[in-house]
Amino acid sequence: MAQWAAGFSDTFYKCFIKEDRYKLLLSGISVTIKVSLLAVVIGILIGMVIAMCNLSRHKLLRIVGGIYTDVIRGTPSVTQLMIIYFVIFASVHLDKWIIAAIAFGVNSGAYVSEIIRAGIMSIDKGQMEAGRSLGLNAFQTMSHIVIPQAIKNIFPALCNEFIVLIKETAIVGYVGLMDIQKAGDFIKSATFIAFMPLVGTAVIYYVLIKILTLILKRIEAALRKADAR
Amino acid sequence: MIKVKNLHKTFENLEVLRGIDEHIEKGEVVVVIGPSGSGKSTFLRCLNLLEDVTEGEIYVDDEMINSPKVNVNRIRQKMGMVFQQFNLFPHLTIMENITLAPVLLKKMTKEDAIKRGRELLARVNLAEKEDAYPAQLSGGQKQRVAIARALAMDPEIMLFDEPTSALDPEMVGEVLDVMKDLAKSGMTMVIVTHEMGFAREVATRVLFIDQGIVMEKGTPAEVFGNPQNERTKNFLSKVL
Repeated sequence: MAQWAAGFSDTFYKCFIKEDRYKLLLSGISVTIKVSLLAVVIGILIGMVIAMCNLSRHKLLRIVGGIYTDVIRGTPSVTQLMIIYFVIFASVHLDKWIIAAIAFGVNSGAYVSEIIRAGIMSIDKGQMEAGRSLGLNAFQTMSHIVIPQAIKNIFPALCNEFIVLIKETAIVGYVGLMDIQKAGDFIKSATFIAFMPLVGTAVIYYVLIKILTLILKRIEAALRKADAR
Repeated sequence: MIKVKNLHKTFENLEVLRGIDEHIEKGEVVVVIGPSGSGKSTFLRCLNLLEDVTEGEIYVDDEMINSPKVNVNRIRQKMGMVFQQFNLFPHLTIMENITLAPVLLKKMTKEDAIKRGRELLARVNLAEKEDAYPAQLSGGQKQRVAIARALAMDPEIMLFDEPTSALDPEMVGEVLDVMKDLAKSGMTMVIVTHEMGFAREVATRVLFIDQGIVMEKGTPAEVFGNPQNERTKNFLSKVL
């Protein structure tokens, strides 16, 4: 037992302490968080626009929205990331992490649009009619009547999408960003030890997502509470 | 005030309205009766352009409202609509339900709208409910709030689409009382209902719609007392 413990602490030292390797992981965490946060914002914005397209009266907009969702869902996110990074933004000088966040946002937008669309469609159509019958236009009815009610239905699914998105960012190493996953991988190559860096990577993701889940649960509970009247 | 010329409405392959011509004058209380599926609700919803008109013309104050050039929202501000399912906004208080449209459409300041809201709530006997949410009200109370909400826009015309059909029987009276009161005040009203007693008492004119056309019309005494059309007779024999 003592021998095992000594071995463990030795590998732990080699993987995380020696040559300040924990700093790689720390900066990896900050990259993952930065990319995820910006991507989630972009994803929600794109998602709203695409959802509006899909719900529009105009056929052309519905076609555009349909193609967008179809293409994004039909191709791997790694491929999308690489196309956006190496093709679309090839000659644009932006920080790597911003381009990566755009790629994940574009991907997430397709899923978010479906979540928003389902949430809006879950609101009785009488609500839209009541708003319109008072003389509000479609936009005013959406923003004051339909969307405030839809948000409570949308929120849990949106949280889930956020969590999926964070894990999805583990592929940013493909475009040369050092996130948590890449940092763990780098330590593995440098130390020739697989177990400790990879399990460490898993633990870091797990803890990050756990913290996030708890925060989101709180917000959801607050939303429900405001609804329980 | 409302002129309807040759109104047709087709859903997919189903022709629901097959040519309706009607004049509704200011101050009239027109009650529309007919069997279910006859097109009476569709007729009412066309007046408010909640349904696209397939063919024909609808004029309000001599303006053709189903022309693509017309601003639908401006027209709808002149017409209050009360729905079978109330359609109150569940995330807003009763007062917010009433003041939302007048304030948003800049008809009134918030203070004026609240003052007006209180008057309207007093009128429908719900003065004490302004801070409640729709879920806390009974069906009859919800429908009275819905009427107050429509009145808050100071409409020239009120449209009622089976306003008591979703209510428990003991709540029908309180809603009809509010509507009677409104009729007495001179409001122009078009009401689709199954309440024949109410129609007889309040209507200035009754339209019997069946199979997408107006089969018979006249004063309540004429339509209920001495119906001419076989279908009207048949229908009334079932509901009276």
